[in-house]
Formats: sequence, structure tokens, C-alpha cells
Amino acid sequence: MHAVTGHYTKVARNINMERLRNNYLFPEISVLELEHIKKYPNAKVISLGIGDTTEPIPDIVTLSMADYARALSTREGYKGYGAEQGNKALRKAIAETFYGDLEVKDTEVFVSDGSQCDISRLQLLLGSNVSVAVQDPIFPAYMDSSVIIGQSGDYQDETLKYRNVEYMTCGPKNHFFPNLSTTSRTDIIFFCSPNNPTGHAASREQLEQLVAFARENGSIIVYDSAYSAYITDESPRSIYEIPGAREVAIEISSFSKFAGFTGVRLGWTVVPEELLYSNKVPIINDFNRIVCTCFNGASSIAQAGGLTCLSSEGFQAMLAVVDYYKANAKILVDTFASLDLKVYGGVNAPYVWVHFPGSRSWDVFAEILEKTHIITVPGSGFGPGGEGYIRVTAFGHRETILEASTRLRSLFR
Amino acid sequence: MSAIHHPRHLSTSISSSTSAFLGQNNFNTRTQSVPLPVRNNGSCKCVATPSAEKTAYTTKVSRNANMAKLQAGYLFPEVARRKAAHILKYPDAEVISLGIGDTTEPIPEVITSAMAKRSNALSTVEGYSGYGAEQGEKVCLILFYKNSCQNPLLYRHVDSSSRSVQPLRAAIATAFYGHLGIEEDDIFVSDGAKSDISRLQVLFGSGVTMAVQDPSYPAYVDSSVIMGQTKQFQKDIEKYANIEYMSCTPENGFFPDLSKVSRTDIIFFCSPNNPTGSAASREQLTRLVQFAKDNGSIIVYDSAYALYISDDNPRSIFEIPGAKEVAIETSSFSKYAGFTGVRLGWTVVPKQLLYSDGFPVAKDFNRIVCTCFNGASNIAQSGALACVSPDGLKAIHEVIGFYKENADIIMDTFNSLGFNVYGGKNAPYVWVHFPGRSSWDVFSEILEKTHVVTTPGSGFGPGGEGFVRVSAFCHRSNVLEACRRFKQLYK
Repeated sequence: MHAVTGHYTKVARNINMERLRNNYLFPEISVLELEHIKKYPNAKVISLGIGDTTEPIPDIVTLSMADYARALSTREGYKGYGAEQGNKALRKAIAETFYGDLEVKDTEVFVSDGSQCDISRLQLLLGSNVSVAVQDPIFPAYMDSSVIIGQSGDYQDETLKYRNVEYMTCGPKNHFFPNLSTTSRTDIIFFCSPNNPTGHAASREQLEQLVAFARENGSIIVYDSAYSAYITDESPRSIYEIPGAREVAIEISSFSKFAGFTGVRLGWTVVPEELLYSNKVPIINDFNRIVCTCFNGASSIAQAGGLTCLSSEGFQAMLAVVDYYKANAKILVDTFASLDLKVYGGVNAPYVWVHFPGSRSWDVFAEILEKTHIITVPGSGFGPGGEGYIRVTAFGHRETILEASTRLRSLFR
Repeated sequence: MSAIHHPRHLSTSISSSTSAFLGQNNFNTRTQSVPLPVRNNGSCKCVATPSAEKTAYTTKVSRNANMAKLQAGYLFPEVARRKAAHILKYPDAEVISLGIGDTTEPIPEVITSAMAKRSNALSTVEGYSGYGAEQGEKVCLILFYKNSCQNPLLYRHVDSSSRSVQPLRAAIATAFYGHLGIEEDDIFVSDGAKSDISRLQVLFGSGVTMAVQDPSYPAYVDSSVIMGQTKQFQKDIEKYANIEYMSCTPENGFFPDLSKVSRTDIIFFCSPNNPTGSAASREQLTRLVQFAKDNGSIIVYDSAYALYISDDNPRSIFEIPGAKEVAIETSSFSKYAGFTGVRLGWTVVPKQLLYSDGFPVAKDFNRIVCTCFNGASNIAQSGALACVSPDGLKAIHEVIGFYKENADIIMDTFNSLGFNVYGGKNAPYVWVHFPGRSSWDVFSEILEKTHVVTTPGSGFGPGGEGFVRVSAFCHRSNVLEACRRFKQLYK
């Protein structure tokens, strides 16, 4: 809503912001949730929409954060600015815990306040002149940040796609892995595995193809491994498990879904030293410059918590919560399967991807919400490749998941 | 049969932009062993290969031209690097840091206990919270649970457009903008000013022109270069083409002569100023607001040091009538509450601030915040809430007072030595003039001879040449010792 009267500046609105089609997906879901609650004040609304963790963080971690906070009131314990790249011990712990056999150095790990921020900082790094490819469907931040930084052209209503972006369709027909032989070359390839929203974890063979593709094309993969802790089978947990990936890939990840840190805010990006621009400048140098100029480090308290998460006791505690959510996912997968719905994901990721062929995903979303008071996310919010699907998250208290399961069974029977 | 190893020495293109990074990470060359496939014919054909530097794999992605424009590493890591080198050289010296403006005094307990409490609550069912609103905490968690007993299964909080209680945003609005007509939903909580500045640049895009004070906090210029708003650095004048540098000197009372300033879309203005310590007067800011209004510009007003003001100077740009239509204000708890590591700040984007087509700037900023950010740490937000409680405000004023006393001591010292000294009264920085001298030389001289780290003025822009910034963040004993050493050196 514009102000009715008053001064207009002479500053033109950023054309890239004008290009964005909708509001960011998840606040939109929140608005709908709120409206629904207002409409049905006595309904017991269940949120399986936004992928927000629900279970308390294990004591060992929060106690360490509380201790760290209290120590900031003491002369010996007070610390001011930390290194923008992150606390050294934490960088080391991340390298050892997640990349132990993969030769990732602590100096290649950049601690952050989470993937959403990292994605945007990477976009700032890469600039507006690079071409990008995204999976379709995909977590919207890659697409939206790409538009914001000016890498895309206008949105086309006919195709529901932005110009100048390569959309790599991922669906049941291609085992949720793009057909690279029909994918055009782009500078950057965003790839999320295990995938949000489809839940698919790319196999070793698939990732070898991806790395080879990137290598042939001189492209950079930005690999989002935020859900790697949810992998049940032998699927790779890091792109660096693939030989040659160090020269073609950046990896981002997060404590959000691994440690319940969605509010605490902690993540990291790996930029290997071997990753070079066409003019041989190491990307790590420029990324470091971005981090030093556009950021001032993740909260020291969050970092203290992160370090505890990676202690052996902390790590076991984290995995126990991850297992809890994985058990939730299984309940949901079983529920939908028992209703003869085609269900994907839920095995290597906390998302269940349910197919409603021939239906519009916003219609299914609305029907589920209206009739069972369950919030989900319509697949088309993740790109045109998500049309006809609904994403259901496995984050929730067990009794809530069971209740949701009961309601869904009665709706779709 | 063993694989043939060809060590590859890759020399990085080591420019000064990497100096800070190299200093921190100590890699100057990288070797890469690439095992070649084993030959199956039973003999090893060893072919003398030239040094393989030229055949190292590179991607085909062009480096962002904007990054190439940057002249050197960000200023403060460079200062840190020199400090580290100095410590290595003089391992027994007691190096005193008055360089990077890093707070040193413990955070008052009323604040850290709130953060400890929030941390502990995250381990409980009732107290656990996941994603917060990206703009800052809205719903008071405990209150929400108590009041929603008819909805025991509802455990998701609702979003930005809700009109429910917004404790931190409302508390900041009340504490700092009480009578200025700034409302809670004009406030966007963040992880600090540096991140906010970059998000504002992403908001504005590459097509805008900007003006900065000269000298100024380097993040404004550097983020502008990164965003693509500037042209090349001009070595002869030490300025980036396409940025309007507004000279702030003793001669003009550290306020630019606006009659000589060209119109730009955006004007970055920091008051109290980092590095000069000067606080703009009401009269000056009125002229600045008028200038912005006449030119249809947007002021980005950095008020991170407002609570250091001793006299009557405005603490917020919004004290000036009409400012809501021309200004954004950014601030931080870093220098108020010692939150330099904890990370909490905020940006005010008034509803009345409109683009040329009438579109509200706040709407786009909200979109940026929702897409490029995911909220400040909830624990830090609890700390900030405690900061603006009555006890918290009292406590942080005491810490600020302590640093201000440090500034007094530093000012007195340099004054007594006959230097022209600026700042220090309304800011935790003292700006000392060394006419005719290179500021990096003075920095090095002071470091070498007194083991005190300062910040060379030219790091803040060509207008800083000939000055050194001395920060007042320090333990009292160190400030006194540093001043004793200054007196020795410059007596």
C-alpha cells in the first residue's frame, strides 16, 4: 500500500526487486496459517508447512551456550569481535566432523549465521554477470537471490519461469536427477541434496555425473548439504566424496536441521583452495573478502553451541533428535503410501513429497488446510516442477505427527 | 605399479587484496598431487614434464569484475595482520590495542543472564523456539503459550504481518525512538551494522549513485564497490570513480560543504562519526535532510555511537522533521553493550520513505530480509531485550561512560603533547592530526616504538591521510599505559 501523500524520493526502485513475482514463499505460508487460525479459533492447527524444527536442543549444548553467555560478564571470559570466518576451533571441528576423510581444511571452512545468508553472500561474490542453473523444484532462496542480484531476466507467466535461468527438472521420471545431456551450460549450478523439497538424496553415480558435467563445462556447483544428517542409505553426504569436486564445487551446510538451530543461527560454507576463476584467481580469496566486508561473524554464543554439538557427546545427542524426526518422516510416508498416494522422499530427508497428479498444488494445500487444519507447502511454490505436489515436513512433536496422520487418513480415504 | 605423481605448484595471483587472508592462513603456494592412471604394460613411462602451473584446472567462470576493483583487503583485517606480525617480532612486548574498535569490558550481568536464560529455555518444550520472524522477535514466547491453552497443539508462531506483541522491535522503538513517531514495524532487527549495510546495498542495487563522508567507515565504500555502483579506483586521488566523496575536515567542522556536493541517490552519513568522532549538530542535520529532500536522495544514517554523545546533538536522524521521508537509520548494540561478538543491530526504514514511483522502500527491504537473511540469533535477541530494559539501559550507560572516560584520557594526552585532537567527546574515537605525514607511517612508528596499535586515517579514505584514529575501547590500565608511552614518544 503506497502512502497517499508525501514526498517521493528520486531514487528508482531496484529493477531486480521489481522482477520478483511473489513474496518469499514461507512468510506467505505463515500469513495463510494466521488467517486460518483466526477463521477457526478452536481448531487445532498442525503445522507441517515451514520446515521448522520443534524439539528442544539437548541440554549439553544449551548449557554450553548459557555458560558462554555468562562468561561474557567476566573479565577473563569476555570476548569482542571474533574472526569473520569463524572461531578457529569450530572451523577445525566442522572440517574434522563432516569432512574428516575428505581433506577439507579448517581454513576452507567459513562459519556463518546460516544458509540463507550464505546463499546471498555467494550471490554477491559471484555477481550479476553469471548464468545459473537451479533444480526444479527447489528451495526458493537460490532462485530469489539470483533474481535479486540481477542474474535473471524477467518472469514469464506462460512458463512460470524466469528468463536466463536454466531450470533442471527433477521428478519421478528421471529419478529426481536432471537429464544433464539436455541441460545447457551455466556458470553456476545450484544443487541441493538431500533435496528440499523432494527429499531425494543423489546417488554417488548421479553426483559423479554432476561433477563431470561441471568439469566439462567449467561450471561451479553450489552444493547444499544441509540435510546430510538425515541420509539413511549410502548416498554421499558431501560433494567432496566425489573425486574432482574440490575444483568445481562450493558446499554450504547448516546446524539448523541438524541441531535445531533454526533460531540460534549457525551454518558454514566450504570453499576449496583449488576452486579457481577462469583467470586463476582463487575463489576463496574473494569469498574471504566478502565475508570480511559484508559480515561480522556468526554470534559467538551460537558458535560456542556449535562446538559443543560437534563434541562426541553432543554429536550423539544431535543424532538422537535427527532420528526422532526421521521416525516422524516414516510415519508420514507410511500414511500417504497407505492411501495409495505416490509419495517420495522421507527416507533421506525430513520432507515428504506427495504427488496429486492432475491437481493444482495450491488447491490441494487449501483443501488439506480447510478440511484437516494441517498446513503443508504447495509444490508449485518451489518452482513449476513442483506443480501437482505437496511438501509435508517431518518436524513436529510425535503426537502431532500421529494426529496429523489420523486426519490425513480420514480425509483421503 | 605406482601412480605417477606430478606435484603442481599453483601460484596464486597474490594481490594486496589477499594480504590479510594470507597472513591469517599462511598459505602462499599450494601443491596439488594429481595421481595419473597407472599404465598396464608393466613399465613406467616417465616423461619429463614441465612445471604444470599452466595446466592447473580452472573453471570457466569469470571473476566478478567488482571484486577486482577492490584495492586492498578490508581495513581492519589488515590492521590485525600487522598487529600479529608485530607480536611475532616482539613476543615479549605488551602490545596494547587501540586500533580495531573492539569492546573490552564485560557485558553487564542483567544482559548475559537473560541470554543464559534463553539458552536454557531452548532445552525445554515450552521454551524451545525455531525460526523467528526475520525482522525480529515478535511474539513473546511464554506469554503465547500461556494464552493459547485452547490450542495445545499449536506451536508455530506466526509471522511479520501479525499485529501481535513484538517485544524486541517494540522495545527498540520505545527505547530509542520514543517520541519520534517510529513504530515497531519500522524496525528490522539484524546481526549488526556491517550485514545491514550490505543488505541495504543489495536492496538498492547497482544502478544507484552514492555519496560518503571522507573519511568514513570503510564498509560503505567497499560494499558499494562490491555491488557494482562504482567505477575503477583512481590511484592518483585514491578514490573510486562514481562515488561522491564529501570531505569532512577540521576546516569545515567535519561537516561537508553541501553546496559543493553533487546529487547522488544515496548518502551515507555516520554521526557520531567513525573515525573522526564528530557529532553533527541539529542545524547541520537539518541542512542534510533538506539537501536530501531537494535532491530526492535517501540518507543512510549510521547512529551506532549515538549513546556516546555528551552534548545536545541529535541522537537520531528522525529528530529532524521530515527525515522519515528521506532517511534510513542503522544502529547496533556492538558499542553500547559490548555485543561485538554477540551480534545484534537494527535498521529503521520508515513507512514514509518511498521510491520515485511511490513504492515503499520498507516493503522491498522486508523482502530482502526475508530472502537473504533468517533473523538474528534468538539468544542475542533476548540479550538485546534485556539491554533496553530499565536496568539494562542503566548498565550499558555505565559501560559507555567508562569508555568515554578512556576517550577523555586519550584526548588529554594528545592535547598535552601539542597535537590537534578531534573527536573523543561524542564518540569512542580520538582523531589525531599528524600534518604532512603518511598515516600508515605514523601507524607503524607508533606500533614499533610504543607497541600500541592504532588505525591509520587513510584506511578510511583519502580525507583521513595525515590522521590516526585511536579507539577508546580498552581496559583502563591499558589506556593509562598507552598514554604514558605516547607521552614518552612524543614529548
